[in-house]
Amino acid sequence: MDSLNSLMEGFGTALTPVNLLWAAIGVLLGTAIGVLPGIGPAMAVALLLPVTYGLEPTGAFIMFAGIYYGAMFGGSTTSILLNTPGESAAVVAAIEGNPMAKAGRGAQALAAAAGGHFAGGLIGTVLLVALAPVVAALAVDIGAPDYFAIMVLAFIAVTSVLGSSRVRGLASLLIGLTLGLIGLDRMTGQPRLTLGSLQLADGIDVVIVAVGLFAIGEALWVAAHLRRHGATAIPVGRPWLARSDLRRTWKPWLRGPLIGFPFGAIPAGGAEIPTFLSYVTEKRLSRHKDEFGHGAIEGVAGPESAASASAAGTLVSMLTLGLPTTAVAAVMLAAFQQYGIQPGPLLFEREPQLVWGLIASLFVGMVLLLALNLPLAPVWAKLLRVPRPYLYAGILFFAAVGAYAVGGEALDLVVLLAVGLLGFGMRRYGLPVLPAVIGVILGPAAEQQLRRALQISDGSLTGLVNTPFSVTVYAVVALLLAWPLIRKAITRRRNLTA
Amino acid sequence: MTTPAPRDRRAWLRDHSELGVGALLFLLGVLVLTDAVTMSVDLTQRGPVGPRTVPLVVGAGLLLVAVLLTVDVLRGGRGEAEGGEDVDLSEPADWRTVLLLVGVFLGNAVLIEPLGFPVSGALLFWGCAYALGSRRTDRDPLIAAVLSFVTYLVFHHLLGVPLPGGPLMGVI
Repeated sequence: MDSLNSLMEGFGTALTPVNLLWAAIGVLLGTAIGVLPGIGPAMAVALLLPVTYGLEPTGAFIMFAGIYYGAMFGGSTTSILLNTPGESAAVVAAIEGNPMAKAGRGAQALAAAAGGHFAGGLIGTVLLVALAPVVAALAVDIGAPDYFAIMVLAFIAVTSVLGSSRVRGLASLLIGLTLGLIGLDRMTGQPRLTLGSLQLADGIDVVIVAVGLFAIGEALWVAAHLRRHGATAIPVGRPWLARSDLRRTWKPWLRGPLIGFPFGAIPAGGAEIPTFLSYVTEKRLSRHKDEFGHGAIEGVAGPESAASASAAGTLVSMLTLGLPTTAVAAVMLAAFQQYGIQPGPLLFEREPQLVWGLIASLFVGMVLLLALNLPLAPVWAKLLRVPRPYLYAGILFFAAVGAYAVGGEALDLVVLLAVGLLGFGMRRYGLPVLPAVIGVILGPAAEQQLRRALQISDGSLTGLVNTPFSVTVYAVVALLLAWPLIRKAITRRRNLTA
Repeated sequence: MTTPAPRDRRAWLRDHSELGVGALLFLLGVLVLTDAVTMSVDLTQRGPVGPRTVPLVVGAGLLLVAVLLTVDVLRGGRGEAEGGEDVDLSEPADWRTVLLLVGVFLGNAVLIEPLGFPVSGALLFWGCAYALGSRRTDRDPLIAAVLSFVTYLVFHHLLGVPLPGGPLMGVI
């Protein structure tokens, strides 16, 4: 019952008028940015990071939580009304949602998505409240070798689970690690890769890397290939659900989180896999199988609920272990680091007000989301008609604001552009961006833990595997690495028996 | 093997431009390794693992990945260019737009301190919109000016994130 008490105190924090205001602004901003075509949640969160610079940490993270959920909801609006998913997790929403909108049932599709986000977010956050303190308590004794093992897991997972090519994922990770090396070594003060420049001695701020790779890289990439005749958005009225629709959506709403939450907590590529699994499940269980592919409401409700719950699952591993499993979580981790707060098992002990305020504000954010977004949906839909030149000019504009706000230096803008051009090249040649961002954010921390662990063991490599926890994590890493071989063996055997 | 005609060779190179990525990774690896080897660590080293170890591992990793990627490309593997909502990959890249955007962005970096954010930001937005094909000379500058000014006010005064005001804000 301890966590319930803490949660109540968290609500005390979240429900103060000021924090309530930050939550509302976060939800509105997040939705608006998320609805804009071409901007996924990760870019939205990265672009809005500077908005929170002037706030104290609790208010900043409360606003952040609102942005996160808002951006996810906004993204599905784009999928449904424009049939052009901004990110992989929203692909499934377009499969059924867009045909619904074309058939004049866009309002119902949006309502099913909103309900899904609410239900999934609610159930996911309840699971987060129940699980996070347990995980944190289990992990509280873990030391340097264990942290290092977790980070190795994050590196391997992000390069080998996501994307089609492991070599390219690995290349991206190494680029990120290299960027992370720039600056003074944290333990000895030795300058590394600074090329004699004083400016580079401070290293490259992770926010600049994240904004550069996500926002500038994307804007330049789109500019080079801008579609001359964009898809047109379908106009929509106020979302609502008839009783017959409700009868079809409430079960998918409840089933989605069971699939989404566990996948969010493990490093398996975020919401991509669970939304697809949820879609397949709903299709199998539905009594209206013939409608699938032509606008089945279950196919919107289930996956959207799964996506939201997976976002809550992501927060479990991010808050308790400091392990980011999605691009958004990686940017949030960078935000924590801006405030000098290190997420991990000790976070719940050291910053109870912040953590529980954040969790409570997730509930507040969801209610606000439902209350604000349903009536405002027609307004959001208008945002889809923003002329593309303004949209991408705006992205570049706010990216510049964000990078300048980091340190108030014009040189940072040049660094931002350089990182953006790197992101452009990576998109051109199919190098995934996420491993590079994870490399920059976790690389320096991983190096510190590695060196600390080896210091304790006096240089012996056994010092890295002397705890049951680290051995378990390395076993998972080995499994991930061997997975393609195992899969090949299984299919070969299946082909032999068949 | 006969020497291919120049046109064939150019086509082959364009088809295998990803080899350049391998070459860049290789160069980066050499840079990281050189930096690590030339470090003077005698005085600063504490504990068994100094500031050199991780750069050595990362540099070696870069060299390895560069080789693997090159082999993959020569075998016919290709990195998939990223798609997206507003992305049309059927046409060749529009380099003029990209260069214009880069120029405008650098212009902002140069002008932000002497002119102040409200002015340089407005130029940035207008310039980018122009580069991206917007030609509404009646509307574009107005939107740019309002956006930049409002952003300045919100960040500087409401959110407590300082941005340079420049001479214009000194006058007002």
